Formats: sequence, C-alpha cells, structure tokens
Amino acid sequence: MSSRRLASWFRDTGWRHLTGVVVLAVAMLPIVFVISSSLNPRGTLTGSNALFSAIGFDSYARILQNPQAPFPAWFANTLIISGITAILTVFLGALAAYAFSRMRFAGRRVGLISIVIVQMFPQLLAVVAIFLLLSALGDWFPAIGLNSRIGLILVYLGGALGVNTYLMYGFFNTIPQSIDEAARIDGAGHARVFFTIVLPLVTPILAVVALLSFIASVNEFVVASVVLIDADVQTLAVGLTKLVSNPRYADWSAFSAGAVMAALPVVALFLFLQKYIVGGLTAGAVK
Amino acid sequence: MSTETERVTTDARRARRQARARGIADQASGGVRVLIAKLILVGIVDAVAIYAVLVLAGFGEWGVIAIVVAVATLVNWIYFSRRALPAKYLAPGVIFLALFQVFVLLYTGYVGFTNYGTGHNGSKEQAVNALTASSLERVPDSPAYPVAVVEGSGELGLLVTTPDGDALLGTSERPLEEVSGATFEGDRAVAAPGWETLQFADVLERQDEVTALSVPFSSDPDDGRLSTPDGSSAYRYLSTLEYDEATGSVTDTATGVVYEDIGTGAFTSADGEELMPGWKVAVGFDNFVKAVTDQRLAGPLVYVTLWTFAFALLTVALTFAIGLFLAITFNHPRMRGRRIYRALLILPYAIPSFLSALVWAGMMNQSFGFLNQVIFGGAEIPWLTDPWLAKASVLIVNVWLGFPYMFLVCTGALQSIPAELQEAARVDGANPAQAFRRITLPLLLVSIAPLLISSFAFNFNNFNVVYMLTDGGPRDSSAPIPVGHTDILISMVYKVAFTGQTRDYGLASAYTIIIFVLVAVISIIAFRRTKSLEELN
Repeated sequence: MSSRRLASWFRDTGWRHLTGVVVLAVAMLPIVFVISSSLNPRGTLTGSNALFSAIGFDSYARILQNPQAPFPAWFANTLIISGITAILTVFLGALAAYAFSRMRFAGRRVGLISIVIVQMFPQLLAVVAIFLLLSALGDWFPAIGLNSRIGLILVYLGGALGVNTYLMYGFFNTIPQSIDEAARIDGAGHARVFFTIVLPLVTPILAVVALLSFIASVNEFVVASVVLIDADVQTLAVGLTKLVSNPRYADWSAFSAGAVMAALPVVALFLFLQKYIVGGLTAGAVK
Repeated sequence: MSTETERVTTDARRARRQARARGIADQASGGVRVLIAKLILVGIVDAVAIYAVLVLAGFGEWGVIAIVVAVATLVNWIYFSRRALPAKYLAPGVIFLALFQVFVLLYTGYVGFTNYGTGHNGSKEQAVNALTASSLERVPDSPAYPVAVVEGSGELGLLVTTPDGDALLGTSERPLEEVSGATFEGDRAVAAPGWETLQFADVLERQDEVTALSVPFSSDPDDGRLSTPDGSSAYRYLSTLEYDEATGSVTDTATGVVYEDIGTGAFTSADGEELMPGWKVAVGFDNFVKAVTDQRLAGPLVYVTLWTFAFALLTVALTFAIGLFLAITFNHPRMRGRRIYRALLILPYAIPSFLSALVWAGMMNQSFGFLNQVIFGGAEIPWLTDPWLAKASVLIVNVWLGFPYMFLVCTGALQSIPAELQEAARVDGANPAQAFRRITLPLLLVSIAPLLISSFAFNFNNFNVVYMLTDGGPRDSSAPIPVGHTDILISMVYKVAFTGQTRDYGLASAYTIIIFVLVAVISIIAFRRTKSLEELN
C-alpha cells in the first residue's frame, strides 16, 4: 500500500478504527481487570495487578464457600427478588397501560399526568419512611416487615406504575384498536381481548420492561440495604458492597469471582434481548 | 328547545343502555374460566384482609383496620360491579403505588417536621418506662419474694409468690398479674400453665439473662420493679428517677434535680441537661432552621447541593458529547467491523452499575490500585481521597457507565434522520460542519432532548456510583454529620439517616424535602420547555 493510499484510508475510515480501539480499551479495562483478578488464586488487590499472571479457580471456590459471606444465598435472593418484581411489574404495568390506551374514562388524563409526575420522585427518596413503615408493619406482620424479602418485593412493586406504564402505554397505542374491536364483535370480553389478543402483540415491550425492571432491582442498594438486615436474606448489591467496604483488606480475588458470576445473568439477558432494548431505550429508559 | 333537551336525554339514556348492554355482553363472553380466576383472586384478597384485621385487632390498631376494611371493600366492589371497568385494570398497580410510593413520600415529608431518630424513637410513655427501668436501686427494707424463673413464647418471666400466698407472673414488658392454676410446692408457686419453669442448671447457664430481667411491680412505673440476683428470691428495686404524672416531670430522688417536659421531646433539667431516651415530637421547622443556620451544617448543605447539580449536568454533557461523537464516528457505511465495536461498547452498560463502581474503587485505590501501580507506574495519585480528584474520579466512572447508553440512543436517532437531507445540504453548498450544526444536530435533539432531561433527573439521584466508589468521601471532618466532598444530596440523606453514631431521621427527611423541592422545580421547567404534558392524551 502506498503512503498516499494509506493516508486517504486513514482520513476515510482509519481514524474511526483508531478511535474505536482507544475507546474499547478504556471500556474493556475494568472488565478485563476483574476477570483477571477473579482467576488469580492469591487474594489481595496488589496481587491482582499483573493481569493473567496466574490462572486458577480457587477464588471462585472461596467465595462460594465462605460462611461469613453467603454468596449463593445472595445470588438466589437477587434472582428471586428481581425476578418476581420484574414479572409482577410487567403485569401491573400492562394492566394499567391497557386501561389508559383502550378505555376513555373520567380522570384518565389526570391519571396519566400523575404517573409522569410521580416518576420524577423515585422511591429511594422515601427510604427513611419505607424503613419506618416496614418496621411498623413488621410488628404486626413479621412476614412483610423488616428483614423480609417479600416485604422488599412489595416495596418495589410500589414503583411498578412509574416509567413502565408510560413506556407500555406508548407501545399499546401503536396496536390498531380495530383488532380488539373485531374480537369484541366476535364476542370476546375485555379480559379475553387483553390476555389473548393484546398481550401477545405487545411482547417486545413486555420483554424490555421486564429486563429494565430486573436490572433496576439487581442494582438497587438504598432500600435493600436498610430493609434486609441479616446476611442470608441480603441481595448481591448489599452483600458484595459490604464485602469490599475496605478493598485493601478484603479478599479481592474472591470478590472479583463473585462480581463475574453476579454480572453474568444480567449481561446474558441483556445481550439476548438486545434488539428489543435498543428500541425500548429511546422510549425513555436511563442508566 | 324542547326537542333539543329530549334528544339529549334520549342520547344519555341510550348511552347508558349501551353501556349496560356492553357490560352484559362482557359478562356473557367472559367465560367460566375468567369468573373462576376472578373469584379465586378476590377470595385471596379477602382472606388476607380478614387475617390482617384479626391480627390488627389484637394490637388494637383500629385506624389501620379501618383502612384495610375500606381497601378490601373497594376491591370487592370494583371486581363485582359491572361498571368501573377501567378500575379493574388500574386497581392492583394503584394500590401498591398509593402505599409504597405516594404514602411513603408524604410520610417522609411528615418525618422532616419531627425529631425522629436515635433517642427519639417512641412515645412519651415508652420513654418514661425506659427511664424508670434504668438507674434502679434496691429498696433497703424490701422483703424477699420467693420466685421461679419461667419462659414462655421466647421471653423470660418471673413467677412470684406474695407474702399472702398469691401467685403473680410478669415479664419485662408486662407488669405482675395474678395467675390462676399455678402449681404450689409448699407455699411457693413453682409452675404456671403455659410457661416452662427454668431448672437450677438452666438458671446458672443463663445467669446474665436472669439477672438482667426486671419486672414492673404494677402498671404504675413509680411502684418500681422486681429483680432476682440468684433466680430464687426477688427484691423490689426503685428507680432513682420518679415520674410525676400530674406535672409530667421526672425527678431524680438521689440528687433532687427536676427534669421537665419542655416540648422538645426529652425531659430537660433547668440547666439544660436532657434525660435519654426521649420521645418523638413534632418540632415544626426546627430541622430546616438547623440545616440552614447551623454553620457546621449549612456549609455541607451548600457544597453538596452545588456538587449534585454539577455532577448531574457534567455527566449528561460528557456522556452525550462522547456518545454522539462515537455514534457519528461509527455511523459510516464504508467502515468495517462496526457491529463488533457496537457489541463490545454496550458491555459497560450491560454490567450492573454497582459492580462496575466497586471494581473501579479497587482500581483507583491509592497504594495498591491498578491505575497507580500499572498505568501510572507506581505514582501515588490520591484518586479517591483528595477532595477535587475524588470528584473527578466519580465523574470519570459515571461517564464510563453512561456513555454507551448515549451512544446507543444517538446511533438510533442518527439512523432515523433521512440521508437526503444531508445530500440536499451538500448540494446547496454546506460543508460537513455546517450540515451537522444546522441540520443533523437540531433534528437529533428533537428526539434526544427528553432523554437528556430524564438522564439528568436520574443522575441527580445517582446514589450507587457515589456510594460504591467513594462512600461520599473524603469525609468532611468539620461537619457533625457523616458527609464528605463527593456526597450528593441523596447519599447525604442515606448517611445521616442510617450510618454514623446517631441516626437522625428528622434531619434526613428535611434534606429529602429539599430534594423534593429541587426536583419539582426542575420538572416544572422541563415539562414547560418540552410541553410533554400537554401532548399527553
């Protein structure tokens, strides 16, 4: 390749590759680092600095068997709490979106506006009151009070109508109403129309909302950390954060192994549902 | 005129008839399965409600019972009525929204006007009980009451035989009461139905618990309490603190100091000494006044608020700039491998952000972190411990977390702009920079602007990055509350309420109300500018 052609290649696409490589290096650095230190059998932060200097799965065994840090329990709690929250959030949100999209009733506009306004005040702002409410509820019903996973799920469901309903409402509106009218003429009731006709048509947005809700609960620290007190009911966000509250003395490799395992299900879901998400993101989700 | 009204009434009547017909058709076509599902679900709601009412009745919580009954009745009406069709779909979400979002937000507002927190947790009655149970001294001429230590439903109690030969039983919470059916050995009560008597060996084994047990003599706190040093005989102890119900004050009989209830939620002596624990009272705007006028609190509030705005604004600006730049860079038809770049660039966004922030915290560690040790060749750069550098670090990490999102949405928006517009601009003689500034950017902003606003709102309360990376630190040692130089408002609320030596729910909630006001103002401006509320229909 002559130097002239090289220069013109660089002006056209070469600099784009150069930028891409630089940005990728920055984007991948922490990921590479955490994978490398998770494979490092030695525990310390210093020992993790030489990337891939040692390969072994000792730290995975350590984090899975540490009685002080019940990682498998955290993992299960996170999947259960976030999974149930995601499913119920989708259901509650879809019900509400169906009503807003297909029915005309007094207070409909006010309802839509309230939902948009309420979502400006996220639940974590009310963490003090949530703590006090759950400790009062726990005096009467220990099953949903402090230190209860069910209680935490109920709290998360309070946010189900926030962003999600609005997102779904927009999508529901794109499904032509003539489809449900045809079904109604054929004698289907409103519940039948909802479950057998509308829901299957809006699956993409259901997937997006479920994933966003799942990720949000996996990431949620503020409320979870004040509600879940004992180590064996905590989520990954609460447990792992306390585990490395002092990275200098913590078993850094074991944490890294835990972090890799914790990230896997979310990343897998994300990549699996990627084509839906990119569409859904532009409809108003943020990170 | 008359025909006009006639038509209106017939129209209304017809509409009503149509609605009824639709309802009947719905009922008829709903099918048995829908009906059964409805019955089961409403049945579960009712069963839970009845159980809740029974439990709450045991606690005497009549106000809460009224709410439970009202909600359950409403649910039954909604699902068995033929009208209220929208409510059938809205009710489940709205009930959760009302309790766990709207109510708790309002309750936070209320707590901001109280002194709720460590030392001010309960009612005045509880405070009096706690005070009179402390500083106990044995009554010099107290008779020795024969006792047995008993255990029932997880708590210890004392089974006492009075000089008259009656058997009384009480726990640390419940004052002594006569028990019927106690078993006597000689003239000494040794067992009571429903309670298990601790044997001598058990008493020895749980000696600390037994000696710490003190049972109120009667429902009047000034009657003192019974305690047993050995598990077989108990003596009467009187607190040196005596509560006078008439004046509502507490007197220390040892020193003679009188502590009055002066409305601040604690018994206070004439020279300002407070007895702890106190109780919860409404304090009006005291928390706000304290937050703004107390020099040591006002300083942190100002810099934390400024940093919150700076953090959110800079994050949005930087992530948008980088995301847009990358989107333009990779949006080139002749470039190979675009898909690979895109797939890999999404990864920082796909990883849960709390994990990334924790990993970055390790990498930015001053003495052992990867950045200093490997990339900067052993330099001791205080990434997380210098006030300004820590702010920069928080921004760097947050931009790292957020730029893929902006890259994704900008790519989407760019691809939806028709290519003809660019061509037309070129034909008209615009250079690429002009075409971008005059055509691409304005069109892009139409679809991206609402996302920038919601990104700002999100980052305004982006607790995780700050807390996981620096814990708000480096700590501001001159402030009486745990606050640091990278704290944003929400992380300050969390730390004041839940970390540190004392928990101050009142002050934390007052800070929350400040966030409410700021968010409300921002939202009003945002909604005005974007007119998004007007477009709702």
